[in-house]
Amino acid sequence: MANLQSNSGEPKVNYEYRRKKSAEDMRMQVVTFTMMIFFTVIAFAAVGAGFSKWFILPFVLLLAIVQVVFQLYYFMHMSHKGHAVPQFFMYSGILIAFLTILAFLTIIWW
Amino acid sequence: MSTIAHTQKRGFAGTVWEYLTTVDHKKIAILYLLAGGLFFLAGGIEAMMIRIQLAVPNNDFVSAGLFNEIITMHGTTMIFLAAMPLLLGFMNAVMPLQIGARDVAFPFVNALGFWLFFFGGVFLNLSWFLGGAPDAGWTSYASLSLASEGHGIDFYVLGLQISGFGTLMGGINFLVTIINMRAPGMTYMRMPLFTWTTFVASALILFAFPPLTVGLFMMLFDRMFGAGFFDAAMGGNTVIWEHLFWIFGHPEVYILILPAFGIFSEVIPTFSRKRLFGYSSMVFATVLIGFLGFMVWAHHMFTTGLGPVANAIFAVATMAIAVPTGIKIFNWILTMWGGSIQFTVPMLWAIAFIPSFVMGGVTGVMQAAAPADYQFHDSYFIVAHFHYVIVGGVVFGLLAGVHFYWPLMFGTMLSEKLGKVTFTFFLIGFHLTFFIQHFLGLMGMPRRVWTFLPGQGLETGNLISSIGAAFMFVGVIVLLINVVVTQVKNVKVGIDPWKDGRTLEWALPSPTPFYNFKQLPLVRGLDAFWIEKMEGKTEMTPAEPIGDIHMPNNSFTPFMIALGLFIGAFGAMYHVDDKGWALPVLIIGLAVAFASMLYRSIKDDHGYHIHKEELLDDADKGGTR
Amino acid sequence: MAAEEKFTPQTWPESPEQATLEGKNKFIGFWLFLGGETVLFASLFATYLALKDSVPSPDHALAKDLFELPLVFMMTMLLLTSSLTSVFAMYHMKNYNFKKMQTWLFITVVLGFGFLGCEIYEFNHYVHEYEHTFTSSAFGSAFYTLVGFHGGHVTFGLFWIIALMVRNAKRGLNLYNAPKFYLASLYWHFIDVVWVFIFTVVYLMGMVG
Repeated sequence: MANLQSNSGEPKVNYEYRRKKSAEDMRMQVVTFTMMIFFTVIAFAAVGAGFSKWFILPFVLLLAIVQVVFQLYYFMHMSHKGHAVPQFFMYSGILIAFLTILAFLTIIWW
Repeated sequence: MSTIAHTQKRGFAGTVWEYLTTVDHKKIAILYLLAGGLFFLAGGIEAMMIRIQLAVPNNDFVSAGLFNEIITMHGTTMIFLAAMPLLLGFMNAVMPLQIGARDVAFPFVNALGFWLFFFGGVFLNLSWFLGGAPDAGWTSYASLSLASEGHGIDFYVLGLQISGFGTLMGGINFLVTIINMRAPGMTYMRMPLFTWTTFVASALILFAFPPLTVGLFMMLFDRMFGAGFFDAAMGGNTVIWEHLFWIFGHPEVYILILPAFGIFSEVIPTFSRKRLFGYSSMVFATVLIGFLGFMVWAHHMFTTGLGPVANAIFAVATMAIAVPTGIKIFNWILTMWGGSIQFTVPMLWAIAFIPSFVMGGVTGVMQAAAPADYQFHDSYFIVAHFHYVIVGGVVFGLLAGVHFYWPLMFGTMLSEKLGKVTFTFFLIGFHLTFFIQHFLGLMGMPRRVWTFLPGQGLETGNLISSIGAAFMFVGVIVLLINVVVTQVKNVKVGIDPWKDGRTLEWALPSPTPFYNFKQLPLVRGLDAFWIEKMEGKTEMTPAEPIGDIHMPNNSFTPFMIALGLFIGAFGAMYHVDDKGWALPVLIIGLAVAFASMLYRSIKDDHGYHIHKEELLDDADKGGTR
Repeated sequence: MAAEEKFTPQTWPESPEQATLEGKNKFIGFWLFLGGETVLFASLFATYLALKDSVPSPDHALAKDLFELPLVFMMTMLLLTSSLTSVFAMYHMKNYNFKKMQTWLFITVVLGFGFLGCEIYEFNHYVHEYEHTFTSSAFGSAFYTLVGFHGGHVTFGLFWIIALMVRNAKRGLNLYNAPKFYLASLYWHFIDVVWVFIFTVVYLMGMVG
């Protein structure tokens, strides 16, 4: 049962390698988090500074999308292997979500 | 817990308790078949009342208000409480066996899904006895349903909400089962077509039910808590309900028809004794229908005034669906071509299905042309169309499935003779009832009317239609007699009762052991059991040595969770009337539901193991083979 | 019983949440559920966008009158940080460090309650200062339903995590509860994903009109 996924027969070596790998992963997470905070601050600042509406709307939306990609791929580990099925179903969900919102924005007008 | 408890004979109370607590997919399948069958009869009686009322002009068999309740309940019951649960029943009965799994991925959730559906359905039907059923049509368009007095619409909203949760759980469960629990060698492209259609239909359930949930919540908030989603006076918009309903509603019809396609794709090769023609194009067509199913919902709303651009886009997308469907039709015909066909009852249904469904499909393409739809909209032409696809497709599929899978589920064979009687009556009755309705619609008879006047040329058509309905009714009665006679005679059949079974489920002993496969089978290609038979073997090659089998424990918790929500729904509904007891009932109901959920998550349930020795013992006594 | 087998950091598998068939099933099943939730929230967003600023009379407060940046910014920071702390918790789960996992989960819960407190204050503020209520306009209904559904998810997530922490406090990690912790953290991230769109679409885009 133990160590189903180990690639090395030597548990000790394998253990240290894994510790190192997940520590690296963790550093990546902190970087991700910093960038997410940064994007949030920029988005709020753009609205606070009172730029033109036609700049702000696409800009904050873009930042939100980038942030969500970070969240999904790093915090939720969708970048790791073994996530093909989650990816397929998330993208299907996102496609239907997009169609729904597009329809409600375009063909409900009265 | 040991296996002994499962093999011993039980008294009546013991059997009831077993079914109340079961998490075995085969028993849940029987529960679905039973409950779905009862709701099917209720919906059928409602249909008969509609046809009696419309048999002659100026009839007053039922009042206008009651007529509205009957048509609403007929549609709602048939779609949500009969067709879908019956299909879920077959998915439960067959799919895990077809992929060589010992159970579904989440047996507990499977039971919970059933009980939610069941209590939701009972809740909805109790409306008949508690002040009147919903009366705004099965689509329950917002402005009409907000104006509806009494609690009818509240029953609709809460009942569908509860049973919808159950269906959603069922969908996720089947998806995970197919993704994770296929037997060794069972690649995606070796899965039987019924498994594929279950997969795609479950994915549609996963994405289609959330919009319905949201729409129902909004309806609930509008009616009970004074929200203004659909109320123009508050700035709301009634068309939002239509969109949410049809974003759900259109995939819903594919949720119904795809599994029926799957059943036919099993029946036709079996009784043609030929491999399914164009297997990979069948898979491709199934996935494509599922994909396109989400992009066409607005064709139900052409006349709401979406504008010419939107109407054009949705019209083209709708017509595109005819392409993958056509692929399927030709594949079925070519499967039969040159085959050695056996005209058993399931095969008769499959053969009758092809032209019947094509007729429904052709009228569908007619309506997809948006300008023409302005004429067809809300007329009997529409009624004829969707009965041709749903009865001619889904119900024929269910009837084929009942006869085909009866030996798998119950270990007995339904009478072929009585089956053919049912077939004759039902098929003739079906075309008599609905074919003429195309013309009634084109002559201007609107849908959902309570009665019509003499002298407008509608009398003959309506009378023929009602006579046809009586034929269908006789067909269903004969089927019931068939079921009773078969179960009373109780002549057991052995392995592979149709002699030409192709897929894994027919390789199992009858009755199927509760652990399904003693050893998981090794799948060497499409139609795994057929391959083995062609090499002169009588059973599958095992993929593993005999070992301990892990099984889930029975549980009463699913019943309690569903019961809690059922009780709570009454509290929520009567709370609006300022009844003193309503709030406590709501709280008690929700408390029961949440306490049961908490109990489930806190109490460990590791299941139990059937030990190797017991399995070997079973084999010695000839218990399994 | 295999599920309650004791481990050491050395023998603890690399992906404990997927080391058993049950874990694998839960993992896939939960991701599918999140796919469905995406469509659920999309329907709510779509309705909100269709009904935004849709009020019965001109004297009703509109989006640009209601929202204030500082409060929303604080809520965003609370929830974003809680997302990071739950990542830390899962890091320690994978390293078989139960105590640290519990600590970080506890911090996550505290931040979550902070967020919820802000939201309650915010709703209360709108109701009393602007008479912007659930029943005052279609805009109000849509706003409170969208943001309230998210708030409901936060509440459910908090109780879920607390229940897991309390239930497993004494026995530590095993292959039976590792998937449960992992799913709760996925759920928590998903709540944050939804919030990112709420603060962008509802608040920021609402303020510029």
